[in-house]
Amino acid sequence: MKESANGTKQNEWPLWEVFYQPNNGKPFEHAGSVHAPDAEMALQNARDTYSRRNEGINLWVVPSDQIVASTPEDQGPFFDPANDKAYRHPQFYSVPRAAKKRK
Amino acid sequence: MDEQKKLDEFQRRIDNGEKIEPKDWMPDRYRKQLIRMMSQHAHSEVVGMLPEGNWIERAPSLKRKKVLLAKVQDEAGHGLYIYSAVETLGVTRRELVEEYIYGKAKYSSIFNYPTLTYADICAIGWLVDGAAIVNQTMLAKSSYGPYSRSMVRICKEESFHKKQGYEMLAKMANGTPEQKKMAQDAVNRWWWPTLMMFGPPDDESPNSAELIKWGVKSKTNDELRQSFVDRTVMEAKKIGIELPDPDLKYNKETGHWDYGEIPWDEFWEVIRGNGPMNRERIRARRKAYEEGAWVREAASEYARKKKLRDEKAS
Ligand SMILES: [Fe+2]
Ligand SMILES: [Fe+2]
Repeated sequence: MKESANGTKQNEWPLWEVFYQPNNGKPFEHAGSVHAPDAEMALQNARDTYSRRNEGINLWVVPSDQIVASTPEDQGPFFDPANDKAYRHPQFYSVPRAAKKRK
Repeated sequence: MDEQKKLDEFQRRIDNGEKIEPKDWMPDRYRKQLIRMMSQHAHSEVVGMLPEGNWIERAPSLKRKKVLLAKVQDEAGHGLYIYSAVETLGVTRRELVEEYIYGKAKYSSIFNYPTLTYADICAIGWLVDGAAIVNQTMLAKSSYGPYSRSMVRICKEESFHKKQGYEMLAKMANGTPEQKKMAQDAVNRWWWPTLMMFGPPDDESPNSAELIKWGVKSKTNDELRQSFVDRTVMEAKKIGIELPDPDLKYNKETGHWDYGEIPWDEFWEVIRGNGPMNRERIRARRKAYEEGAWVREAASEYARKKKLRDEKAS
């Protein structure tokens, strides 16, 4: 517990990351974060903060300290297995002209 | 990589229009400038609820009361979006909030003026939120990802704020002679403080050049102020409201409206804490924070006990 500037001892409510689904069938997107003492209030705070105009039809809240993220410094080595595999893309392949026209 | 190389690479990313994300390398000074600027912005959204909140219980109709409530609630949301964005830079919410309540953190000088009549609510929506739109539309392109995203979200809501004020002011300006007088009086009082919202003139704005170099801002204070004046002159004309500046004149050469001398002495006085409402604002914020402490503690305690219960049951 940390001493607050006004002399009282207070815990800061934990931080939650908020994700919302903008529309039916759409993937969830990150909106921002909220502070809340528990999951239920985190959901309510997320609704009041990030969905006052139906921006989301569904919400997820995740304790921020539970998110595992890649680090930008490792971006090169971490993602480079994808760099030399051009054959994963359709452009890598040539198709006979006649077949191409049909689409 | 040595420091200079990192710095060059950082500048290259900025010049390229790339967004900087929380875990990316950034110069310490960039981080500090962002924390300063974003937290001032967040505090402004929060303190901005006070002058308008003053009229919620005395709104002229149920419709206007609902509109004002929704607007003030949006401003709370704006504060939260930006606080959440500042926290990605490694400061806690509590530090931010307490720096504002007990420390020396600044917020926009505009909120240190009183709202004397309901016409002030109209004028604030039109002018103050109108000015905020000009500023925030630029900030939506800011180089810091979380800041830029929070601005995109805010901009979507601001046009409602401006329109409800403008519509109401137009009604008053075309109403009874008393209403017209009230509307004009409110605009007379809010016009100059609104122009000050864009900050000191360019030659007295120490942070501007650096913020522009780093893509946090893309326009100077004077450029933003000018574009606000240009669009507001037209809007005033359309509803028969006069802007209280005898020097306001269209300049054919520049294609802009020239305006008179802004009372900067007043601006610096308000910044120094001597505006009409500075003390009252800080008093109200402290009261809310301290009287709400038990609620925050009770909610924490409830969550702790519930967790214990749940663990026992399983
Ligand atoms: Fe706002
Ligand atoms: Fe607003």
